Amino acid sequence: MDIHEYQAKDILSKFGVDIAPGALAYSPEQATYRARELGGEKWVVKAQVHAGGRGKAGGVKLCSNEREIQEACENMFGRTLVTHQTGPQGKGIYRVYVEAAVPIAREIYFGLVLDRSTQRVMIVASGEGGMEIEDISMEKPESIVRSTVEPAVGLQDFQAREIAFALGIDDSMVPQMVRTLKGCYRAFRDLDATMVEVNPLVITHDNRIIALDAKMTFDDNALFRHPQISELRDKSQEDPRESRAADRGLSYVGLEGNIGCIVNGAGLAMATMDTIKLAGGEPANFLDIGGGATPERVAKAFRLVLSDDNVQAILVNIFAGINRCDWVAEGVVAALKEVQVDVPVIVRLAGTNVEAGQRILAQSGLPIIRANTLMEAAERAVGAWKNDLKLGVNVRAV
Amino acid sequence: MSIFIDSDTPVIVQGITGKMARFHTKDMIEYGTNVVGGVVPGKSGETVEGVPVFNTVKDAVKETGAEASLVFVPPPFAADSIMEAADAGIKYCVCITDGIPAQDMIRVKRYMRRYPKDKRMVLTGPNCAGTISPGKALLGIMPGHIYLEGNVGIVGRSGTLGYEAAAQLKELGLGVSTSVGIGGDPINGSSFKDILERFEKDDQTEVIAMIGEIGGPQEAEAAEYIRDHVTKPVVAYVAGLTAPKGRTMGHAGAIISAFGESASEKVEILSAVGVTVAENPAVIGSTIASVMR
Repeated sequence: MDIHEYQAKDILSKFGVDIAPGALAYSPEQATYRARELGGEKWVVKAQVHAGGRGKAGGVKLCSNEREIQEACENMFGRTLVTHQTGPQGKGIYRVYVEAAVPIAREIYFGLVLDRSTQRVMIVASGEGGMEIEDISMEKPESIVRSTVEPAVGLQDFQAREIAFALGIDDSMVPQMVRTLKGCYRAFRDLDATMVEVNPLVITHDNRIIALDAKMTFDDNALFRHPQISELRDKSQEDPRESRAADRGLSYVGLEGNIGCIVNGAGLAMATMDTIKLAGGEPANFLDIGGGATPERVAKAFRLVLSDDNVQAILVNIFAGINRCDWVAEGVVAALKEVQVDVPVIVRLAGTNVEAGQRILAQSGLPIIRANTLMEAAERAVGAWKNDLKLGVNVRAV
Repeated sequence: MSIFIDSDTPVIVQGITGKMARFHTKDMIEYGTNVVGGVVPGKSGETVEGVPVFNTVKDAVKETGAEASLVFVPPPFAADSIMEAADAGIKYCVCITDGIPAQDMIRVKRYMRRYPKDKRMVLTGPNCAGTISPGKALLGIMPGHIYLEGNVGIVGRSGTLGYEAAAQLKELGLGVSTSVGIGGDPINGSSFKDILERFEKDDQTEVIAMIGEIGGPQEAEAAEYIRDHVTKPVVAYVAGLTAPKGRTMGHAGAIISAFGESASEKVEILSAVGVTVAENPAVIGSTIASVMR
């Protein structure tokens, strides 16, 4: 789960990381009022969206008076911000953060990630702050400093010092840097984060070390023990179909194609998408309905897939292991009777009691296209869609 | 010989009194697995499917001589159960549980290092379908009847995609020595490389099938190991060619976040070391058959 910059900063500051004074606003008027409260001469207005690359996309504006703040806000609120991380649909701006501008002497990149090679938390830092880490690793790989944290004892002072010295931090500021790095690590560990990124971490002209931007991502599997983090979830930043799916215990990712998929198991779901592509189609979604393909779950899956107006055929691919095919088939039949499905439905069942499952589908009287293998299913799904396209039938009104 | 388990291996089920665990305990016993007990704190004295329940793994090991364990414990408590198994002297542990916090798994892996390598428990999973040595024993949730006994060693991250491969092999009359699920989580007990090492040494295994997916460095690490140490033919399939970057595809670990983590890059890396890559999931079986002849 992602959170906003202002939320991440609030968390990090509680762990001893210094931030610039700032406040949240839900309207241009509130933003100017916040700036007045903060005082000072220059402010930065920052769109709060769950994505990086805001600066280049116009989501961060330096302002020197109330009129500029008002203007900047009017250009942000209600707009969708498209950055290189949001995808073409962008993310809506409903909150802005107003921050006192900071005199920057130097920018540093600092991040904490779960490193899958060492299976530990890894610190990544570079003197090339302000750049994306992908770009740093392409253009200035030698500037990157890495250190892995021994999980039994956590990040040690010497490791933080080594990073500070490697980045060329002035001796007098090394203790401050150590406190900052250790604060970020403790926030990561205590709150079950999977990523903390401070980019840039800045050194000011008056020798302060400040987190000027902050991103935190949390482990969904650990949210049960952090209710205060769960509360930070902002559904306006999520794909509505994906959050609806998540609320129903289904794992869904919307894609650009037109063949909807309903599959059990994440690996098989990806393989099904790949096979559709191979058969000449484009998958409309990833959907893993999990182990128990109950009629209720299958019905929910159909409704979810059909909520995408681009879907022009649905491929159901279930390998029944724990559950039996006859049971899954009954679920599919029940779902099709309950949900208005106006596109061709292709069903491929495999595994336990497959013959009984096929029989139930055949005897249901429903226009289900059956397939025996994954390839056959994908070909029939793509074929059914193309055929409908040719006949001009079943093409859904968008 | 199969790897990890055979028909004599004494097995316990941690969390045996849960609904899913009961169901699969019955299924495993029917398959021929030597299930000797279960562990649920506070339920000592009960029996499930005719086997005794113990309060602790240590008690279970002492009373039954258990060597392998299957963990069915809910996510908040699963890491603790794995460490309990490691401490009680269990040699091989499969964790089925999906949804264990990543940092819990980091702690588990660190904890297991306190035992010298020759005494250290081997963990596969979490978030996997388990391990099966067809005709001998089943330690997991897979449908046993789709596997024939044979000479193909299967290692994969996904449960149902692994079934797909086994079913395709059965269709061709080919069998499996052992199939091991390493699970879909970012921090897992054993990697592809760990399992390849076992299959390379296993007499029964003639061909190794590796079923990977997007995300993480383990397929690339396996490629390096294959190049330097594996003499048996290896066939691979990598799922997720159509998966977009930066999105989690169901499995917590299935996300392209770095160079070399996409399906096409992994295919390229594996092909470069001589692995025969099945181009789509429908031909995993036939590709394996082609290298066997």
